[in-house]
Amino acid sequence: MSKFRVAGRGRVRHDAPVSFTFDGRTIEGRQGDTVASALLANGTHLMGRSFKYHRPRGPVAAGSEEPNALIGTRRGKGQYEPNTRATMQEIWPGLTTTSQNKYPHLKFDLGAVNDRAYMLFSAGFYYKTFMWPASFWDKVYEPFIRAAAGLGVSPTEEDVDTYASRYLHTDVLVVGAGPAGLEAARAAASTGLRVTLVDEHAEMGGALLSEPHVQIDRLPAWDWLAEQIAELQDMGVKLMTRTTAIGYYHQNMVGLCQKLTDHLETQPHDTPRERLWRVRAGQVILAQGALEKPLVFDGNDRPGVMLAGAAQTYLNRFGVRVGDEIAVVTSHDSAYHAAFDLADCGSRIAVIVDTRALVDDALVAECARRGIPLKRSHTVTGTAGRLRVKSVTVNAVEGGHVGKGRAYKCDALLMCGGWTPSLHLFSHTKGSLKWDADAQTFLPDRMTEACQIAGAGRGLWGISAALQDGATMGAEAARALGRDAAARALHAAHDRPGTGASHTELPTDQPASRAKAFVDFQNDVTAKDLRLAVKEGMRSIEHVKRYTTNGMATDQGKMSNINGLNIAADALGKPAPQVGLTTFRPPYTPTSFGAFAGYHRGDHFELTRRTPIDGWAEDNGAVFEPVSLWRRARYFPRPGEDMDAAVSRECRATRASLGIFDASTLGKIEVVGPDAAAFMNRMYTNPWDKLAPGRARYGLLLGDDGYIRDDGVIGRLADDRFHVTTTTGGAARVLNMMEDYLQTEWSDLKVWLTSTTENWAVIALNGPNARKLIAPFVDGLDLGDDALPHMSVTECTFMGHPCRLFRISFTGELGFEINVPARHGRAVWDKLIEAAAEYDITPYGTETMHVLRAEKGFIIVGQDTDGTVTPDDAGLGWALGRKKADFVGKRALMRPDLVLANRKQLVGLLTDDGETKLEEGAQIVLDPDQPKPMVIVGHVTSSYNSDAAGRPIALALIEGGQGKMGETVHIPMPDRTIAAKITSPQFYDPNNDRLKL
Amino acid sequence: MLLIRCPYCDETLPELEFAYAGEAHIARALDPSSVTDEDWRDFLFIRSNAKGPHYERWRHVHGCGRFFNAVRDTVTDRFLTTYKAGEAKPDLETLTGDAR
Ligand SMILES: [Zn+2]
Repeated sequence: MSKFRVAGRGRVRHDAPVSFTFDGRTIEGRQGDTVASALLANGTHLMGRSFKYHRPRGPVAAGSEEPNALIGTRRGKGQYEPNTRATMQEIWPGLTTTSQNKYPHLKFDLGAVNDRAYMLFSAGFYYKTFMWPASFWDKVYEPFIRAAAGLGVSPTEEDVDTYASRYLHTDVLVVGAGPAGLEAARAAASTGLRVTLVDEHAEMGGALLSEPHVQIDRLPAWDWLAEQIAELQDMGVKLMTRTTAIGYYHQNMVGLCQKLTDHLETQPHDTPRERLWRVRAGQVILAQGALEKPLVFDGNDRPGVMLAGAAQTYLNRFGVRVGDEIAVVTSHDSAYHAAFDLADCGSRIAVIVDTRALVDDALVAECARRGIPLKRSHTVTGTAGRLRVKSVTVNAVEGGHVGKGRAYKCDALLMCGGWTPSLHLFSHTKGSLKWDADAQTFLPDRMTEACQIAGAGRGLWGISAALQDGATMGAEAARALGRDAAARALHAAHDRPGTGASHTELPTDQPASRAKAFVDFQNDVTAKDLRLAVKEGMRSIEHVKRYTTNGMATDQGKMSNINGLNIAADALGKPAPQVGLTTFRPPYTPTSFGAFAGYHRGDHFELTRRTPIDGWAEDNGAVFEPVSLWRRARYFPRPGEDMDAAVSRECRATRASLGIFDASTLGKIEVVGPDAAAFMNRMYTNPWDKLAPGRARYGLLLGDDGYIRDDGVIGRLADDRFHVTTTTGGAARVLNMMEDYLQTEWSDLKVWLTSTTENWAVIALNGPNARKLIAPFVDGLDLGDDALPHMSVTECTFMGHPCRLFRISFTGELGFEINVPARHGRAVWDKLIEAAAEYDITPYGTETMHVLRAEKGFIIVGQDTDGTVTPDDAGLGWALGRKKADFVGKRALMRPDLVLANRKQLVGLLTDDGETKLEEGAQIVLDPDQPKPMVIVGHVTSSYNSDAAGRPIALALIEGGQGKMGETVHIPMPDRTIAAKITSPQFYDPNNDRLKL
Repeated sequence: MLLIRCPYCDETLPELEFAYAGEAHIARALDPSSVTDEDWRDFLFIRSNAKGPHYERWRHVHGCGRFFNAVRDTVTDRFLTTYKAGEAKPDLETLTGDAR
């Protein structure tokens, strides 16, 4: 056994060795160890390199606030995670871990040249350094930064683990299962409330796990703890370990991330890796304790330098001494106890350096009794050692003067700069903080949620105070929920609360410009950086934070915030409360994307809507494209065909004989009621009064701003019933808009709106043979031009099914749209395909549909319009019922900007060479020789190779385009400029002769 | 996630069931043709952007489908009250600050 493991000490199982690897080296730990405690037990402090300077680093803390000891963990393929805190990852046999930011080796790192180039990398270096010279960017800066940058390495494989999401409703949620949290849960649960108690660690107990000497109710702390947990279980309290409260949201919703398998050797098949809980609580009790502050001095980041409380935790919870020869530097009483506990276990205490002149007599006496050198009114001005601290320089401070330094040999240096209440979750609620001058820290002030804060979180130090306050706040929460509750009183013996002082940088005799006194370890921000930021004009703490990146790393400044504030405040010459704190935001600790995504990945990321005919398209080789949530067949390639070839063939076949198209995704809204026509008159631009039942009309929908929102063919089935179709993507939006006007502006109208999109399968048949194909299936219905002219609708029986048969065309060919109940759609489709073999029936997809409509100059809302196009801009002025008193958008069409002559208008474009297909979105200019930046007069909205036109065609929005027919415009592209002529947007059959077949 | 009371369902339900629908109490003129360009511009585009209590519309889109009005404090994100479309603006002084 390693000499650093203390037999019989801690909560690890000394009889259960566990082997794992770190950078390929096999490490033996004990069951119950974290990666950090196991490595420390083997004498290893060096666990990683820092982010910016690649300085060697070891763990400075023992919990989730750890900024340095970040490792990669790997279980198998697709199960690699970077930036795991070595202080939180439990070990199991076979766990594979690696250090990070090494380049190439942890012990020999080329990136550490940054450390020697320290002067170059000071505050704001991202903003300054790379400004000059420009040529350096590509060749020098960027490759260097790319090689060195990044905290850890991103996984490259798809995450194979599963993640779950759950909701939980609870009366009281207690966050943190230390003495305060345990007592709070008990007090609330004893009134019969449903209570949930969560803790991020593997075990409940919090500070009690590190302080086994304490006696509560005459029981040793750990015996009392075991009893409490058992009792809470009996009381029905939901206990959740390895569960981090990551965010505190509105109306007492707290997000929890529960880690279920990262600590297990074998992952059970039926267990997700993590579970994200959304908890809605009647009352929340935050019992998150306090975080220890580092001291700021040159070399305070060397491996072996760590928080005194962390060393105490490693010893008392894990049975690990962090060194043989230990020096301590502190401004708070609590560090003495870490030293005494370590001395009890065989470490030698080289020196205790206290910045304070006055120290509690009992502590002074205990040092004397143990023969520990105690240096009061002293400071630490530096440390030495390459990969591990070897010595510390200690200087006397007298009347503000720093004396000559003396080096003390040591292999670990413990520091303590006091404690900061952990109020991150409280800050998420925008609860306000107030500065406590005595404790030199912020304490909670005004609450915005139904929330209590217990124990060290509100500045009450020590186990006794935490127990008492926990019970009090638990009872308080219960009373707030209408229960009769009383707090019990417990007595804790051997409690060691203590007091301390607060500092900026420790006094030093060294030149400040050379000091590497770290404030933010994870982002490599030094005290010098903060002072430089202030010197360079940063006044707000938010600016200082962004300029230096202090507190912006993944630990969100858990350890650096108050030190950073104190130093910035000092540099600004203002008291700390006037400078204020930066804002903490969720999540409290880094949380996996998997946990947030939960079930929403792969096929479950977003639902896919499929039409009744989707299966046929899939069986027949369709290439699909997403259109809003629908998947639609885009084209049906034959062997050897690319998209252009397939689309060209589909277009030709449709115009020559017959094409069949699945239009089921069209939005459909049934507008019914005695005032249906009045409603349609107000909603759509067109006049509807004179549209007889059995006729259909192209309907245009504007917003009240006068811009085109949607369009579609609308059939009138009866005086009081309209069959409205919308664009595929616009269906929900249009229904919402209709409901809005109907409910809030025209509540006098008797109209009912029903979405029928999914009730109907819609099969569009287009081409000269369309009528011949369907004639046998309509039960003798007269399909002639007189009985069923273009733009009409009839209710009939089609292949024995109830049908709404439209005669309409979105292609310019003779066209019918067969609406049958969705469940019959596939059967009707199959039978039509079978019956139409003699007509060379060709299924076509959305791409061909787009080409066919563009050849006719029909717009697609959202492609040829962009939310700023009026009916006149689009050449649809004929669709305006100008005689109507009002319709949505009518008033806006008279606004000065909407009647300007030079508005962008929809036109056709034909490239001069007759061969070049323009790029959709390409910008258009009038003079290709003008200097850059050129004056842009419009852009290409649609562009296709047209089989019917025998050349590429395009639609474009061009300023004043309708008055520029025949003029030439230019489309500058990266390699050349293309000339094109403005034309009418109708490229094919301008007189609509083919509709009359 | 906010909890919102639908005044039609008379139930307090999670935000997920609702959709925001802009500022409330902006009536569309009965005869838009008689409205000046400036007033129509204001109707279309000018909003109060309140810091504090804000009258706004919501739709219980994944529930009863009704549009209703609410007063929400834009600083705290707290709903002060919700009420049916067409009802008068509530008096801010009388609101308790908790619409749960
Ligand atoms: Zn409702």
